[in-house]
Amino acid sequence: MSQSSIAANRFGYGLRRGEAGVGDAKGWLAGQYRLFQPRPAAFANISSRAEIATTLADFLEGARAMRQERKGSAEKADKSDEMEARRLARGAERDYYTSLVGARFDAAVASDTPFVERLVHFWANHFAVSADKLAVVGMSGMLEVEAVRPNVLGRFSDMLLAVEQHPAMLFYLDQAQSIGPNSPVGSRIAARGGKRGGLNENLAREILELHTLGVRSVYTQADVTEFARALTGWTVSGIIRGPVARLVGGERRPGDFAFANPIHEPGVRTLIGKRYAENGEEQARAMLNDLARHPATARHIATKLARHFAGDDPPAALISRLEKRFLDSGGDLKSVYDSLVEAPEVWAKPQAKFKTPWDWLVSAHRALNLPALPPRQTAQLLTQLGQAVWRPGSPAGYDDLAASWAGPDALFRRVEVAERLATRAGTTTDARTLAAQLFPGALSEATATSLARAESPVQATALLLVSPEFMRR
Amino acid sequence: MIERRHLLQFAGVGLGLSFVPSVGFAAGTSPRRLVFVIQRGAADGLNTVIPMADPGLAAARAVLAVDGGQKLDGMFTLHPAMEQTGKLFEAKEALFVHAVASPYRDRSHFDAQNVLESGGISPYVLKSGWMNRLVGMLPKADAKALALSPTIPMAMRGSVEVASYAPSALPDASADLIARVGQLYTGDAQLHTLWEQAVATRNMAGTSGDGMNARNAAVMGELAAKLMAGPTGARIVMAETTGWDTHSGQKARLANQLKGLDAMIAALKTGLGADWSNTLVIVATEFGRTVSANGTGGTDHGTGSVAMLLGGAVKGGRVIADWPGLSQSALYEGRDLKPTLGLDNLISSAVAGHFGLDPALAASTLFPDLRAGRPMDGLIRT
Repeated sequence: MSQSSIAANRFGYGLRRGEAGVGDAKGWLAGQYRLFQPRPAAFANISSRAEIATTLADFLEGARAMRQERKGSAEKADKSDEMEARRLARGAERDYYTSLVGARFDAAVASDTPFVERLVHFWANHFAVSADKLAVVGMSGMLEVEAVRPNVLGRFSDMLLAVEQHPAMLFYLDQAQSIGPNSPVGSRIAARGGKRGGLNENLAREILELHTLGVRSVYTQADVTEFARALTGWTVSGIIRGPVARLVGGERRPGDFAFANPIHEPGVRTLIGKRYAENGEEQARAMLNDLARHPATARHIATKLARHFAGDDPPAALISRLEKRFLDSGGDLKSVYDSLVEAPEVWAKPQAKFKTPWDWLVSAHRALNLPALPPRQTAQLLTQLGQAVWRPGSPAGYDDLAASWAGPDALFRRVEVAERLATRAGTTTDARTLAAQLFPGALSEATATSLARAESPVQATALLLVSPEFMRR
Repeated sequence: MIERRHLLQFAGVGLGLSFVPSVGFAAGTSPRRLVFVIQRGAADGLNTVIPMADPGLAAARAVLAVDGGQKLDGMFTLHPAMEQTGKLFEAKEALFVHAVASPYRDRSHFDAQNVLESGGISPYVLKSGWMNRLVGMLPKADAKALALSPTIPMAMRGSVEVASYAPSALPDASADLIARVGQLYTGDAQLHTLWEQAVATRNMAGTSGDGMNARNAAVMGELAAKLMAGPTGARIVMAETTGWDTHSGQKARLANQLKGLDAMIAALKTGLGADWSNTLVIVATEFGRTVSANGTGGTDHGTGSVAMLLGGAVKGGRVIADWPGLSQSALYEGRDLKPTLGLDNLISSAVAGHFGLDPALAASTLFPDLRAGRPMDGLIRT
């Protein structure tokens, strides 16, 4: 397989129909750093985080009022109003979600910097939130837009901080309502014998396990608890229910990160053998900063990046080089990507990665130059293909292994979708010339023969989209 | 490998046989004709040519038992759906060879069909098919081959030019795409395994693949006969049949399949008229099915099955079998009819006899790794 074919298909999302092939493969990749747009045109009309958060806050406020009313009423509790309000709020949040999925998809299909787009999606999946809870549905995509995109070519520590302070993450992993037991608020609750409130370790654990050091690495349960204590006070303004709500309103807009000292667990903390002085919001920041530079983090990130580009079972030597570059550069992501592009291992094995549904659908739209679908349909297609955007159902994100995607039914669905896409592409598409353009010097005889034998242009296009070349990158 | 082929095209597409194209071959020197009918999906030989006298039969597959059928000899009875084929047997124009199998011993349809069609001993090693190589052995004037399908099946692929023709209205677009995707994946181990499972699942769910139907099968036989008729007709033809993968509801499905096959053969005989006396039809499947019925009134992928030699050129009226028996200890891997005859040797011997080729040369050309001993004599009238 030629270098230009690997550059276009493995690093990018494939060539677009009619797009000139990649000449200097490595130069093409490095040149994308300069051209990358953190907010490309596709995102021009998305709703702001404040708007998404306000919709949510209004619902929560209304629901609270309804509950108060019910308490004061002698009649039998009728919750139907609240249910209806919840339904409407969920619908509104879903609309935000859907339009963000559409924007993400359109940006990827149109992108001239597909390598960096791919990296954005890689990191969004690394820092996965899942649009299941009401508070996360509308906000989930904003984490990628606001925390990942601006930092994808910067330092890992900056991206890490932006992600962990993003409301989508703070809600998803229950940090927004974690209360230090010895904080002023925690003490008051305890004094009243209250049951609500307390420490929540969810975010602390997942930062250590998934975002930085990696599972079964260097931390213990004691580290998780200490980190969770330090993180108390990290919350979101304008949305929170319960005792935290009054403390974090103030001058901030709904949906902004807020530090609420009255729920912060005071005291010196120890994380992985290092002591951190009591310093409010800065205490957990300092911890994140150190975690971002830890060798275990470097190893974890290097392994995931290598797996994404060199194959499910990446060579150990490649991982070690990426890890070293990560550490030497202080987590400068461009340096790490450079290392990846320079690595002979990622250019060695053709077709090493089975495309995820996202990869496949984006590259199919690029290949056929298909006009954008309504966002709702795009979101539905991806769900049918098995990879709903920002909804992996777990903070671990979607797997980056062929075994997770290469299933019989998944394959059949791709064939069905391919036929529909090919129909949209119409009879003016000549899959034979298109295939030669998309896979320069890399089209197999079997696929070429199959396309040439197809009974119609549409069928040939469908076959191209499900050919072994197109199923892998 | 570059394949040259010419696809037959004609205006006014439709299924009406008045539109059957002229193949346009030059007149041949030999009147001998070969039709290879592949049964894709693993046809159940044990309920086609049924070993009624074997005491193991009733115990293993009572739920699949059929009544009636033509008694062929002391052991075997022909399935009652194959009435016309039974008449051929009486006229000594049908020969059944039982407990036969290709050299392939696993249970993947795609791999096994590739072995059966390529003539290799393991899948995807040979890049051309045995029928294509056979055409290459014939005098140029007789090297006229035609696949009755939209694309050239593996058995007919190779360096020799082969025509293909299928009435365009037959499969609907999606079913056809599904078939082509299967072909597209034949060289890709991962995708082809996944695809095979996907299609098998869909077939079991009854969502795709409608198998044979007697009327279509008869049309296919009639069409084949027209394309083979006269001195300029095709000499070597391959027809594909599907729907044999009877994991469930086998009793009715297999009867339907066999009825279709029977109708196809009858239509072929009628259509060929006097040329029938110079015709050899080989019917074979990629492997057989389990001796025992499964829990869904069907059978699963097995090993040994039955093959048929039909036509006026055949020394028929008998069943050839080195019968291994159906007792538990006699089964292959404790579950399948043990193959005691090689399908490759049978095909090689039959076509060598039919076309007057040197048996050893035919064997080494068509089935280069054939190890199954002496050619089988006396299959064909000379």
